[in-house]
Amino acid sequence: MKDRLTKWRLLSVFAVLTLVLSGCGEPFLSALTPAGEVAQIQYDLMILSTVIMIAVIIAVTVIFVIAITRFRRKKGEENKIPKQVEGSHLLEIIWTVIPIILLLILAVPTVTATFHLADVKEMDKKPNKDGVRDALVVNVRASLYWWEFEYPDYKVITSQDLVVPTDQKVYFNLIASDVKHSFWIPAAGGKLDTNTDNVNKFWLTFDSQKSEEAGNLFYGKCAELCGPSHALMDFKVETKSQDDFKQWLNAMQTAKEVTPTDTAAAEGQKIFEQSCLSCHAVSPQDARPEQARLAPNLATFGERARIAGVLEHNEEELKNWIRDPEKYKPGNKMTNTYKQLNEQELDQLAAYLMSLKVEDK
Amino acid sequence: MSTIAQKRGFASTVWDYLTTVDHKKIAILYLIAGGFFFLLGGIEAMLIRIQLAVPNNDFVSAGFFNELLTMHGTTMIFLAAMPLLLGFMNAIMPLQIGARDVAFPFINALGFWLFFFGGLFLNLSWFLGGAPDAGWTSYASLSLASEGHGIDFYALGLQISGFGTLMGGINFLVTIINMRAPGMTYMRMPLFTWTTFVASALILFAFPPLTVSIFMLMFDRLFGANFFNVAAGGNTIIWEHFFWIFGHPEVYILILPAFGIFSEIFSTFSRKRLFGYSSMVFATVLIGFLGFMVWAHHMFTVGLGPVANAIFAVATMAIAVPTGIKIFNWLLTMWGGSIQFTVPMIYAVAFIPSFVAGGVTGIMQGAAPADYQYHDTYFIVAHFHYVIVGGVVLALLAGTHFYWPKMFGTMLSEKIGKFTFFFFFVGFHLTFFIQHFLGLMGMPRRVWTFLPGQGLDTGNLVSSIGAAFMFVGIVSLLVNIVITSVKNEKVGNDPWGDGRTLEWAIASPPPFYNFKQLPLVRGLDPYWLEKMEGKQTLTPAEPIGDIHMPNGSFVPFVISLGLFIAAFGAMYQIDDKAWAIPVLIGGLVITFGAMAYRSIKDDHGFHIHKEDLIDENDDKGVKA
Repeated sequence: MKDRLTKWRLLSVFAVLTLVLSGCGEPFLSALTPAGEVAQIQYDLMILSTVIMIAVIIAVTVIFVIAITRFRRKKGEENKIPKQVEGSHLLEIIWTVIPIILLLILAVPTVTATFHLADVKEMDKKPNKDGVRDALVVNVRASLYWWEFEYPDYKVITSQDLVVPTDQKVYFNLIASDVKHSFWIPAAGGKLDTNTDNVNKFWLTFDSQKSEEAGNLFYGKCAELCGPSHALMDFKVETKSQDDFKQWLNAMQTAKEVTPTDTAAAEGQKIFEQSCLSCHAVSPQDARPEQARLAPNLATFGERARIAGVLEHNEEELKNWIRDPEKYKPGNKMTNTYKQLNEQELDQLAAYLMSLKVEDK
Repeated sequence: MSTIAQKRGFASTVWDYLTTVDHKKIAILYLIAGGFFFLLGGIEAMLIRIQLAVPNNDFVSAGFFNELLTMHGTTMIFLAAMPLLLGFMNAIMPLQIGARDVAFPFINALGFWLFFFGGLFLNLSWFLGGAPDAGWTSYASLSLASEGHGIDFYALGLQISGFGTLMGGINFLVTIINMRAPGMTYMRMPLFTWTTFVASALILFAFPPLTVSIFMLMFDRLFGANFFNVAAGGNTIIWEHFFWIFGHPEVYILILPAFGIFSEIFSTFSRKRLFGYSSMVFATVLIGFLGFMVWAHHMFTVGLGPVANAIFAVATMAIAVPTGIKIFNWLLTMWGGSIQFTVPMIYAVAFIPSFVAGGVTGIMQGAAPADYQYHDTYFIVAHFHYVIVGGVVLALLAGTHFYWPKMFGTMLSEKIGKFTFFFFFVGFHLTFFIQHFLGLMGMPRRVWTFLPGQGLDTGNLVSSIGAAFMFVGIVSLLVNIVITSVKNEKVGNDPWGDGRTLEWAIASPPPFYNFKQLPLVRGLDPYWLEKMEGKQTLTPAEPIGDIHMPNGSFVPFVISLGLFIAAFGAMYQIDDKAWAIPVLIGGLVITFGAMAYRSIKDDHGFHIHKEDLIDENDDKGVKA
């Protein structure tokens, strides 16, 4: 009977906590609105630990409040000498053993989850004759202050907007090309550092229903201080159903270089080829080695959610960005690598960049 | 002695402090220098919170913001919290064990001046081309990529001040092992002395890894080495390990003495001996020991693999047990006591819920998979401010009020003290509580700004308002100090009335030779024992005799100054400045010359003669 009562209490604490926390933050960004298996495991662990900790806090608070109210020195007690108690073995055993039990309750799921989340055996399985593995693998490369996403089995590359299918595990290889960064999609799961030394591997999933609630667009962040524009090193995660994702991959694999139809964009292409092409590629099938890929791949630029990860996606902001990148992302590597452009050239370049798409949208 | 000091001119007082080897004066130096750096770090914090009050703010530039956050962290840990604690250790610990001074008074002075010049050097970076900007952790890939001399200031400044801290730690260890008064067994030592002892041991083992790694960083940046240069076969993860092998014990170097101060306050103002003294000692030692076993929990997301993560997760959780023991012992010390809510006691009482809140989030982070979410977000910022502000800074404020009369012979105003407490405490929770949620809602730490429309606006504004409250609190403390010093109403040996340990049996401030006769310690809380037997003074352990005292010395200042000068040479030689190498050599010549002078010249100190001691007003020492 008593057991059931405590269980019921515990459950209600769980429920209330979940309710309160789900009100926190935006569904596309918050770790409190888990949108995949990894985030869910982590969220459950958070709730479990929070509940245990609240129990501890309540115990401490009760003793604390009683102690400081009941034993205050009252008027007329100025000379009272309380009994000098040495200690109590029983009490000390109690408050040693109970925390140990509580910690064991927390430690077991912690260790289990640690191993579960680190399980990337699927990545190492043999690919089929086309070189494609069953597992979807994305190579993430972090640079000051942009992200490159390479789908090695499909030999396509995109930047800034990661595209993933829902309801399946997506495996990641993570590395940084200059200084250490950290790859974090809060709503989908915890972060993993992109080291300069070694490749880190992990997986995430994106629940289709939760993705829809978040508008099929999650926010990703750099979580490791990497320089002045660390705060602005955002990326986006676009979720697609598995079929749509296959179509997208297909479109990426077969995409031809865009040949602009209107004259402004055609002029823009010329400017691009003179000033930008040495760093930026415009084809998703960029076969150059990663050291040569100095700047984000722009093949899908017209379909992006943001410009430079943070600005509204329109021609005006694009022109602002090209005019003075330093103003929007201090310390970036693009500033002063190209000649000054006049307003007309900017218009043309912007028209060209906005025409870069692989899907018909 | 104090009256004599007042009659001296300003210049001779300054000279006195520049050459002093008296632990009480060095304590005051630590308090002044640490307090100054604390204010600097506070101003940096205020600028950070102003910048983050609203989204897309451009109050400070991105690069400058990184300098601010780096210097805020570095200053607060290395130049404020630790020196302030060293100040209290210096002021109180020798008195608590009934010692004349620390074991090596000269080294004590040297430790202070090294810290001071190191801190000064680090902060000069603001005026010499920009402060360090890679965070207080200064992770290697970023710190090697950082342009300008900021990181060089960090490496050289911390190196110099780190020597000072290491010397301080060794000095306290030797003092506690060798210089306890007759009868002061280990298990009769006050808890503040115990925590000083354990923290000093941690310093002894934790600072060498820091020294080594900073040397490597310095050689990478200034002398062409490649320890952390991945392209040349170096490894940046090594830096992270080194840093946290130092960095985690560092947390306990800060918090253990804070626990010690609170332990003294709880038992004093509850009029009760500390509940479970021996388990408190045991818990302190255990925390110190475990503190070295958990560093990789700062690196759960580095990719060390599930085995390492699981081991360090469980080890981290284990620390909660001894810490919990301490919390309950404090609660039970109050239980059944007669609690008087003086300002120090208010801080101590407020510390419990604040620190418990910080502690439990620590355990939550111990659950490694959940930490993948918390790591490097504002959740972490909230957590470590809860333990460091809610633990260490509250202890420093409590200790300031508690020990002020012992150090300066006059009481800080209780009224203003309560005002300070109110604003600081409310501001503290307002600032940091909401940051837990900001982190969970997707706000990374160390961000210069944040974009609107991400649900982060309100939380950040609340946090900034809280910071303003804390600022008001600290300003009122300064006002309190000024008013108190101007009024200068002298108090007696035991101004709180309930002092339990030896330091309350001696005059406030104590004479420069401390106890006229070393006291005989007959149990835990020796002064309280004597008082309970109706005596006002301690039982002496020796007849009045000559007291041997060390001479003051200007050499520690010169040794430190030499390193300070040499650091400029080391730093600017990479710019091919012709003067740099001569300056580097010149500085080292000054340092080693001063050391040679110290070695060659005989300095036997002086004796205070028995007759002079008997003449002196007797309530300053112990009666025969």
